Amino acid sequence: MNSMPILSLITFLPLAGVLLLFFLPKESKGLLRSIALIVSLVVFVVSLPIVTGFQTNAEFQFNEFAPWIAAGPFQMNYSVGIDGISLWLVILTTFIMPIAILSTWTAVEERVKEYMICLLLLETGMLGAFISLDLFLFYVFWEIMLIPMYFIIGIWGGKNKIYAALKFFIYTFLGSVLMLVALLVLYFKAGAGDFNLMKFYELSLDPATQTWMFLAFALAFAIKVPMFPLHTWLPDAHTEAPTAGSVILAAIMLKMGTYGFVRFAMPLFPNATEQFTPLIATLSVIGIIYAALVAMVQEDVKKLVAYSSVAHLGFVMLGVFALNQQGVAGGMLQMINHGISTGALFLIVGFIYERRHTRLIADFGGLSKQMPVFATIFMIVTLSSIGLPGTNGFVGEFLVLIGAYESSLRWYALIATSGVILSAVYMLWMFQRVMFGELNNPKNQELKDLNAREVVIMIPLLVMIFWMGIYPTPFIEKMTPAIDKVIAYSKGKKLAAALQQAIPSAPGPAVMQPAILESK
Amino acid sequence: MLEYVGLIPLFPFIGFVINGLLGKKIKNEKVVGGLGALMVFCSFLVSSGILLQLIGRPAEERIFEKVIFTWIQSGQFKADAGFLVDPLSALMIMVVTGVGFLIHVYSIGYMHGEEGFYRYFAYLNLFTCSMLLLVLGNNMLLMFVGWEGVGLCSYLLIGYYFHKKSAGDAGKKAFVMNRVGDFGFLLGIFTLFWYMGQTHNVWTVNFREIAANAHLLPVGGVVTLIALFFFIGATGKSAQIPLYTWLPDAMEGPTPVSALIHAATMVTAGVYMIGRLNFIYIRSHEAMLVVAIVGAATAIFAATIGTAQNDIKRVLAYSTVSQLGFMFLAMGVGAFTAGVFHLMTHAFFKACLFLGSGSVIHSMHHALHHAHSHDDPQDMRNMGGLRKAMPITYLTFLVSTIAIAGIPGFSGFFSKDEILWQAFSNPFHGGLNIILWGTGAVAACFTAFYMFRLVFMTFFGECRITAKAKDHLHESPLVITFPLMVLGLLAVVGGYIGLPKLIGDMFGGIPNYFEQWLEPIFAGSHEFTLQQLAHAEVHHSHALEWGLMGASVVIAIVGISVAYTLYIASPQIPKKFTDAFPALHRAVYNKWYIDEIYDFLFVNPCKALGNFCWKGFDVLVVDGAVNGVASIVRGFSSVIKNLQTGYVHNYALSIVLGVVTIIAVYVIR
Repeated sequence: MNSMPILSLITFLPLAGVLLLFFLPKESKGLLRSIALIVSLVVFVVSLPIVTGFQTNAEFQFNEFAPWIAAGPFQMNYSVGIDGISLWLVILTTFIMPIAILSTWTAVEERVKEYMICLLLLETGMLGAFISLDLFLFYVFWEIMLIPMYFIIGIWGGKNKIYAALKFFIYTFLGSVLMLVALLVLYFKAGAGDFNLMKFYELSLDPATQTWMFLAFALAFAIKVPMFPLHTWLPDAHTEAPTAGSVILAAIMLKMGTYGFVRFAMPLFPNATEQFTPLIATLSVIGIIYAALVAMVQEDVKKLVAYSSVAHLGFVMLGVFALNQQGVAGGMLQMINHGISTGALFLIVGFIYERRHTRLIADFGGLSKQMPVFATIFMIVTLSSIGLPGTNGFVGEFLVLIGAYESSLRWYALIATSGVILSAVYMLWMFQRVMFGELNNPKNQELKDLNAREVVIMIPLLVMIFWMGIYPTPFIEKMTPAIDKVIAYSKGKKLAAALQQAIPSAPGPAVMQPAILESK
Repeated sequence: MLEYVGLIPLFPFIGFVINGLLGKKIKNEKVVGGLGALMVFCSFLVSSGILLQLIGRPAEERIFEKVIFTWIQSGQFKADAGFLVDPLSALMIMVVTGVGFLIHVYSIGYMHGEEGFYRYFAYLNLFTCSMLLLVLGNNMLLMFVGWEGVGLCSYLLIGYYFHKKSAGDAGKKAFVMNRVGDFGFLLGIFTLFWYMGQTHNVWTVNFREIAANAHLLPVGGVVTLIALFFFIGATGKSAQIPLYTWLPDAMEGPTPVSALIHAATMVTAGVYMIGRLNFIYIRSHEAMLVVAIVGAATAIFAATIGTAQNDIKRVLAYSTVSQLGFMFLAMGVGAFTAGVFHLMTHAFFKACLFLGSGSVIHSMHHALHHAHSHDDPQDMRNMGGLRKAMPITYLTFLVSTIAIAGIPGFSGFFSKDEILWQAFSNPFHGGLNIILWGTGAVAACFTAFYMFRLVFMTFFGECRITAKAKDHLHESPLVITFPLMVLGLLAVVGGYIGLPKLIGDMFGGIPNYFEQWLEPIFAGSHEFTLQQLAHAEVHHSHALEWGLMGASVVIAIVGISVAYTLYIASPQIPKKFTDAFPALHRAVYNKWYIDEIYDFLFVNPCKALGNFCWKGFDVLVVDGAVNGVASIVRGFSSVIKNLQTGYVHNYALSIVLGVVTIIAVYVIR
């Protein structure tokens, strides 16, 4: 293992790209786009060694540490590292970014320089949040992330962009403030002298404090997820944002919420986690059913996809709170799957919006005849979104449900399973109305099929859809030990006990007792 | 050969990939169609080799498991990508690849000149692959992959003519109703996995391991729940009450698709699944009773609808629903072998019937097209007298009709009679047996009636299309008639491998080969029944069995005679009947209005609820509150807007507030 600070490199390379873009002239749009794309591609390539070099154990790896700010009683450190949980989210981020940058290659013509700067800044913010092992550092990145996204929606958005941006801002801001307060209280309670996450994990807090702390953190994260009934910013933000914004929002930023639960809210406050599990599970299940019903009656394709996000994230939350290996692994997989499938869906919506400047389902119909390549890709992504076996969506959804079914959340799982019916209803109905039927709208008869750039964008996503559906083992394997640890912490067990717990269910083929076959 | 079991689903998958990616460029129909058929034929060859190899082994060694790789593993949960070959799956792969190959060949002729020819063959290959995964999967999850995969292909092929709204609607309906079933299937997997794990520390979804641990399952209780969950899955896939309504609509797809997917293979998946999990069902009399009642009810209910349809394919569709009902009746009375036997004979004669109807439609379409007529080529009221123009189609169709009607000597007789006998004599349902048998018998009578009604209306009497069109009626080419002849032959002789003991004894003790073959699969259940119900065992006399066999022959003949009277001898009677009971006829013709009832009960309320949640809750309640807060923020920010300009002011506000909070907390401490 070399001692190169690879995580910092990944995180701050986009920032270097931002600096480079500053010195480029506004007018050379092609150059600006190319530089941004190249930077994001380089980041992706540079991030790959963290997968190959990752040791399959529960420890944080590629750690870096440096004292940062010392002010009054506060000591903030630059402390980063990844484990099996953040590993895939970092990779997802570096993987999605080039795709997002390519997606609005032609759609954004105004203020290209600022746009690309925002995208790269966003990447730094998101990556930083996933690798932070210092709570204050996490908070800083969490906030940094909001600014560029706010601008992306507010400047390059659609008709209602100001409203959507403001709504996005108010919601997330509310959450951030609460989280900051909770962070400070936690800091003083701990009296540890710094914001080191590891130290906070070892802390025993009284149940009353845990309740309040959990509520503050959970609210911030629940808004981000978003969980019912805090989800109404999402359809607006998604609908108004340009394609790249929607893709990043869905694929990565929503995961900040679920990641926050797994990394912070649950392991830090085990008693509160137990106490609030029924509430969270209830809201998750309501979210799954409710969002599906609302998605069904949407007239705008993009809004429909946005609501489907709410339903999918409901599955993630249910799995995570099942607090067993299958549930959390399923939730984690579903986070990545959702990034890929829903990201792809937003790209698809972007393709037809760029061509027709409308997203109303009623304006389409019969596109399959005119755009066969598009139709095939759209169909595959749709199937992945409804969790057809063989695609990525199935593996995650199945593990979530079986995990929840084994845990105390059995009844919730039973209701959530009916989500598989509803998702088929709204997705296939939309697909039918857009793609099937007579091609009778004259404006649609001139449509061109996907161009090379658009196909190139989709191919990596399609590969991932099948890879994760057919051979998810590498993904699950690497996250297993870290999940065991999270489960142990979240159930309130101390580190020693946690390791004890982790050993019997460590990965390995022999989980089944060989004796059972003989017992006839 | 057994080592190469993986090739069986792989061949059609290769065909799917090649035709799917390159078919459009290849253009040559012979290459595209030929490749599709060849791939299935290769699977058929491998399957035959495996079958022969199994036959060569002693009965107890006819089981082989091959794991390719670990598919999903998380905690105690593990599902392989692996295959299980045993007498049951070997039988199924023979049916799927054998009948599948014939239908692929037929399709080359039938789909000639269609725009999406390559797409059709790609889907058909993908279907075959999925169906083979379904029957070969060594665990419940892989079976589920096939289970949903065939559903997907069914969706794609029903919606093959996607520019037609009715086709798109039918495809979606099929998929969604199947998903309702899949919901049950998933819950079945969950409950079984959880129960076996929690109570006995057996965490598995592997069929062999579950079967080996079946003795750990209690009788009734949670097992009933598991069995019923899986049965929900079966009602979706196999079109049973209450989830059958998608199948008649599925006739929107090309006719060979109806033959392969909606008659011979996919829709029998539910029967196969109960056969595979027989050790679960045998442990719950309640679940078996539900299966038997649903099967019997579906058998008769669909048969009544079949009597009043005029579209040749719709009659066959309702007939399929009804015949599947017979199979479930068999499973529900513990006659697993009989159910699977009927599955096989039905695959032969119903595939032949559908393909025959396709041949008729093909010819009618051609003739009407030449005469510039817009009459419906599928409407039997436009047909008549076709036996002269299409002798091969007629003969094969007639033979299959006789088989399905249950005339002795033809395949359908052996399987259906066995089901009815078991419904009467099984030790499980006591006094209800007579009702189950009676319902089945009446349904059999209806079957004979509507099938001969179809034959008489189509092939007999006077041709009812214009003379000009009539001249263009012709027999279909060999590529179409060849599969018909093979399937027609199987419809006749396919039953002889499963002779009932009664008849076998007459001819010097010919054994029931079919029963012997499946014995290892169902032995455990038979043993269990003997233990549990030793006291309830009733011995029925041979005379009774002969009597009932005679009764079912009489029943079939009655049905045929009525059809003859109404559609050949005195064709004015049906008209009088419908005039006398217009309401009844309307109700039957409109399929008892079940679709409308479902719309009213489920579809419309769901949409209304969705709209209410969206416009009532999201927009009014939540957003109302948020917008209220927003206006407050706007008001506040206008106070400090002199300090900031543009979009930045909001963020600046957050930083200000953040700093204030930090200081406040610090000071308070």
